[in-house]
Amino acid sequence: MSSVKDWAAPTPISENRSGLIGKGVNRYEGRLKVTGTAPFAYEVEAPSPPAYGVLIPASIARGVVTSADVSQAKSAPGVLLVWSPDTVPAQGERGARINPRSQRGSNPALAARVEHFGQHVGFVVADTLENAKAAAALVRFTYDSVPADLIFEDCLDKAEDPEGEEDVRIGDFEAAYAKAPVRLDASYVSPLQNHAQMEPCATTAWWDGDQVTVHTSIQMVKGGQHTLAETLMIPSTQVRLLTRYIGGGFGGKGQSYDDLTLAALAARELGQPVKVAYTRQQMFQATIHRPAVQMRVRLGAQADGRLDAFALEAVTHCRREAPFTEHAANFARSLYAAPNRLTGHRLVKLDIPAAGAMRAPGEASGMLSLECAMDELAEQLGLDPIELRLRNEPETDPETGKPFSTRQLVRCMTEGAQRFGWDRRNPKPGQVRDGRWLVGLGMAAAIRGNFLLPAKAGVRIDADGTLTLRQGMTDIGTGTYTILAQITAETLGVPLSQVKVELGDSDFPPAPGSGGQFGAATAGSAAFAAGMNLRRALAELATGDPNSPLYGDDPELVTFGGGNIAVDNRAEPLDVLVARAAPEGVYVEGSITPAADARDYSQHTYGAHFAEVGVDPDTGEVRLRRMFGVFAAGRILNAKTAMSQITGGMIWGVGTALHEYNAVDPRYGSFIAQDLAGYHVPAHADIANLSAMFLDEVDDKANPMGIKGVGELGIAGAGAAIANAVYNACGARIRDYPLTPEKVLAALP
Amino acid sequence: MKPFTYARPSTVADALAMVAEVPGARFLAGGTNLVDLMKLQIEQPTHLVDVSRLPLGQVEETAEGGLRLGATTTNSQVAADARVRVRYPALAQAILAGASGQLRNKATTAGNLLQRTRCAYFYDTTKPCNKREPGAGCAAIGGIYANTAIFGASQACIATHPSDMAVALSALDAQVEVTGQNGQARAVALDDLHRLPGETPQIETSLQPGELITAVVLPPPPLGGQIYRKVRERASYAFAIGAVAVAGGKVALGAVAHKPWRAKAAEQALAKGANPAEAMAAEMTGARSDGHNDFKVKLMGRLGAACLTSTAGAGSDQ
Ligand SMILES: Cc1cc2nc3c(=O)[nH]c(=O)nc-3n(C[C@H](O)[C@H](O)[C@H](O)COP(=O)(O)OP(=O)(O)OC[C@H]3O[C@@H](n4cnc5c(N)ncnc54)[C@H](O)[C@@H]3O)c2cc1C
Ligand code: SF4
Repeated sequence: MSSVKDWAAPTPISENRSGLIGKGVNRYEGRLKVTGTAPFAYEVEAPSPPAYGVLIPASIARGVVTSADVSQAKSAPGVLLVWSPDTVPAQGERGARINPRSQRGSNPALAARVEHFGQHVGFVVADTLENAKAAAALVRFTYDSVPADLIFEDCLDKAEDPEGEEDVRIGDFEAAYAKAPVRLDASYVSPLQNHAQMEPCATTAWWDGDQVTVHTSIQMVKGGQHTLAETLMIPSTQVRLLTRYIGGGFGGKGQSYDDLTLAALAARELGQPVKVAYTRQQMFQATIHRPAVQMRVRLGAQADGRLDAFALEAVTHCRREAPFTEHAANFARSLYAAPNRLTGHRLVKLDIPAAGAMRAPGEASGMLSLECAMDELAEQLGLDPIELRLRNEPETDPETGKPFSTRQLVRCMTEGAQRFGWDRRNPKPGQVRDGRWLVGLGMAAAIRGNFLLPAKAGVRIDADGTLTLRQGMTDIGTGTYTILAQITAETLGVPLSQVKVELGDSDFPPAPGSGGQFGAATAGSAAFAAGMNLRRALAELATGDPNSPLYGDDPELVTFGGGNIAVDNRAEPLDVLVARAAPEGVYVEGSITPAADARDYSQHTYGAHFAEVGVDPDTGEVRLRRMFGVFAAGRILNAKTAMSQITGGMIWGVGTALHEYNAVDPRYGSFIAQDLAGYHVPAHADIANLSAMFLDEVDDKANPMGIKGVGELGIAGAGAAIANAVYNACGARIRDYPLTPEKVLAALP
Repeated sequence: MKPFTYARPSTVADALAMVAEVPGARFLAGGTNLVDLMKLQIEQPTHLVDVSRLPLGQVEETAEGGLRLGATTTNSQVAADARVRVRYPALAQAILAGASGQLRNKATTAGNLLQRTRCAYFYDTTKPCNKREPGAGCAAIGGIYANTAIFGASQACIATHPSDMAVALSALDAQVEVTGQNGQARAVALDDLHRLPGETPQIETSLQPGELITAVVLPPPPLGGQIYRKVRERASYAFAIGAVAVAGGKVALGAVAHKPWRAKAAEQALAKGANPAEAMAAEMTGARSDGHNDFKVKLMGRLGAACLTSTAGAGSDQ
C-alpha cells in the first residue's frame, strides 16, 4: 500500500512543463456532442435491425400482480414478445459480486410483488417503438393491493436507526445546550428531488453466440457488467458492457435498471438486437431519487458567538426493501468547532421508489439546514454571519482531532466577501429596494469530502506516436475524457492532439466510475500511474536500443517533452523511437490504491457562496440577481471543465433553494411531477450573473497529483446562501424548501 | 403514439373538407401541444390535417383601426410585430411570457388558444380524469396538484386554462373568426370561445366539430395603460400560477379558471370609482379555494391591484 509521503515528490504534473495542467482546453468529445454525432446508448447502431421494447408500469403502490391479460397485446400489429411476471425468463439473484456502493437490487425485473407505484410489471417488444407502445396499452393487469406507507411526514413516528449506525456524540450536548446563554432550535425540510437527467436510461443489446454486448447509460461499468452477468446467470466474461457517452447521471445511473436486464433477455429470446429506453415519466417513477430530509439543528453559543453545543439530527426515508440513508448530518462533523456535539440519522421506510445517491448526497440537503441556522444565530448574536463562522473555525478536525490535509475555508469566505461586496449588506432585513423588488444578500459555507478509490488504466503508444489511454471509466458529462487526455499528454510530454482517450468499456482496465466527486482523482491518478509506467518502458527501450541516441544512458535521467525523449541534448522523437524499436507499439498499465496514512488527515474540499436575490413583494417570487462562489479543491486540472462543474453545482443549488421538489400522491403513491414541464429546474433566465473562482491549492495528501473533486462541492451550501439572501431581502425565514412564491407570499406581511 | 395519416391542404376549403372526411381527424398547427399529447396517447387522432401552410400567416390592419392576426401567425411573429408592440403591449408581453423561444417559433395563434390544460392528472393516464374519459371522475379533486381553478370550477373538473396569450386577448376584447363545415364564417367573442367545465369538461370551447379558426381580430387599442404580469415558479419556461392582464379599464385573470377569467366584478367596481385594491377585493369575493390553492386568492388580489396601480393614468404605451 502506498503512503502519502510518496505523493509529495515532484512529478510531470506538478512541474507542468507544457502548461497543459490547469489549462481550460475544450472538451475532448465536445464537437461530437454539439453536432449530434456522439452515439448515446439508444442510438448505437446494432449489427442487424433491432426490435423495440416498452416497459409497462404497475398502477398500485404495494401488493402483488394476480393476473396479466396479454392476449390482445400479443396479437397487436408488429408484436414480437410480451412478458408479464409469470412469463418473464428466470433471473439470477443479485448480491455476491455487487459493489454495495454502486448497486442496489432492482431485481428481478417484472416481479409479481409490487413494491412501489410505477414498478415495471410488463414488457412488450415489437418491430417499431410505436407498435410496442400501442400494444403495451392493451395489457390488462389485476392486483391484490395491501396498505402502503407513502407519505414521509405522516410516517415520522416509524423512524428507526439505520442499520449498523449510531448517533455520534462528543462531550455532553444536552448539558452544554441547556447551559448555553444563546440558543437556537430550528427545523428545516428539504423535499424529495429527482435527478431529471436529459438522457433517459436506455440500452441497446445483442448476442453473438453466448456473448452479450450491451450499450447502456450507466455511471459504473464494472458494476453494470457484473449485475447483468448475475441476472443472466452467466460469467462476467460473457458480458461486454459499453457506456461511451452519458447524458447526465448525477448518481441516478450509479446502478442499472430494467432497460438493461430486459433488453439483454429479449435479445437472447428473439435472436435479434433489442433497444429499450425509459420514458420521461418512467425516469421519475422507476429510478431512484434524493429523499426528503427533515433536519433539526440546535446551537448553543456563548455571547461572543463561540459554540458550546451543536446538534444536527436528520430524519429521511428509503424504500422499504432498499435501505439507503441520506447522510445529511455527516458534513457537519468536520465543519465548525464546538466541544459538545451530536449528529445522527433516522430512517423511515416507505413504499415508494428507492431513495439513492444524487449529486453531493448528504451535503446537498444537509447544508440547507446548518448554514441557515448559522445565519439565524448570527442575527441573534448581532454578529456578521462570516464573523460567526470565523469564531468557530477549528484548528483540527472538531470530531477526530486529526489535522486537515488542507483547509482554506476562511480564505474562501474572506476573499469572497471582498470580491462580492459583502460589506454593502444591511444586516437588518427588508431595507433595500430596487424598483418593486426587495433586495437582499446572503452567504453560506461549503464543505464536501474528498475520496480516492482503487483504479487501473492502460496506455499504449503506437508507431505513429499516437498515445491511447484506455480505461473502464465513464464520462457523465463532467469532462473526464478531457482531463485524462491532458494528464496523459503532460505526463509523456506530447501535444494533446497526439492523445486519444477511450472510455466506458468493460474490456478496459477497471475504474470505479463516476460518483462521489472521486472520478477525476481516481481515474486520473491511475492514468497518471500508467503514463509514468510508459515513461519507464520507453526510457528502457531507448537506452537499450543501440540505434537510439540515448543508447547506454541511465534510464533514470531520461526526460520527456515536445514529443521527444531525451537525455541532456541527445533526443529523438517518440514516434521515431517506437517505429524503430517497437513497431507493434508499447502498452503498459498503471494503478492507484488509496494510501493507508491518508486516513490520518481530515480531507475535504471547501468553498463559500454569496448570493443577491430580489423578492417581489406582490407575488412572493424570488429571482437571483447575482451569485459568486470561491472554492478550494486542490490542483485544478482544467479551468474550463472545473468551472463548469462548480458553477453547475451552484446552479443546482439555486434550484434546490427555489424550484425543485416532487411530492407523492397519498392516494396512489405516484409522483405529482413526471415530466420536465412540471418538475422545475433552473432555466437560463433564473441564472443571472453567476460566477466562481478557485483558490490556488495543492493537496499532497489526496493523491499523487494533488487534485481533489469539484463535481459536488458547488451544490453544497449554495441553496442556503439563497435562503439567507431571501431572509435579508424581505425578513421571511422559510425553513421548508423550496422557497416557492406560494410559501414566500404566505410569509410576507 | 398510434398510427395516423397526414394531409397538408393549401386552401381553407380543402382543410375543412379533409377534416370532415375522416372520423377522428384533427387540425395540426405548430404541433407543440397536440403532438406531445399524442405521444402520451391522450389524444389519438386518426388523421392530421396540417393547417400550417394555409394562407393565414399575416398580421393585417383592419378597417376599424385594429389588427387581424391570421390563425397560423406564430407566437414569435405576433410578439415581434411593431404594431402589436406599440398598440397592444399587453399582448406582446403575454406571448413573450409563455413557453420558450423555440416553442414560440412553432406555436400559432389558433393553436395557442386551443391548447389543453396542464392539470397533472390530465397528463397522468393512470389516473381518472373526466376530460380524458368523461364520467371517469376527477383525480384533481382531493389530489395534491395545486395549480387549479378558484373561479368557475365544477364537481367534474377544477382545471385551469394554461394560455398566457388568451388572457391578454380577453382583456383586449378580441374576437375569434371561425369558418364552419358549411363554409360560413362567424365571429365569436374571445370570452365566449372557452367554456366553464360544468358537467362536460371534455367540451372545452364553443367551436363546432370541424370548425376552423381563421383569425383573431383585435379592436382598436383601448384608451389607458396596458400590462401583463405572470407569476411562475421559475423565471421562464413555466406555466403561470397566476396572471393578470389589464387593458384600459378591462381586467382578465389567468391560471384561475377553465378559461381566461374576465374580472367583471373588478371592472364594475373600478367604473364606480373603487381603488385598485378595492376592485380586486370585489373580484376575489367570488373566488372559491380548496386548501391546496388558497394562496391564489391572496396572490391574485395583490397582483391585480399592483397591475391596476401601475397602469392607472398611463397612456396606451403604458
Ligand atoms: C414545455 C412547454 C411549455 C409551455 N409553456 C407555455 C406557457 O408558459 N404559456 C403558454 O401560454 N403556453 C405554453 N406552452 C403551450 C404552447 O403555447 C402551445 O403548445 C402552443 O401555443 C400551441 O400552438 P400550436 O400551433 O403548436 O398548436 P397545436 O399543438 O398544433 O394544436 C393545438 C390544438 O389546436 C387545434 N388547432 C390548431 N390550429 C387550429 C385552427 N386553425 N383551427 C382549429 N383548431 C386548431 C389543434 O387541432 C389542437 O387541438 C408550452 C408548451 C410546452 C410544450
Ligand atoms: S381537473 Fe379536469 S383535467 Fe384535471 S383530472 Fe380533473 S377532470 Fe381531469
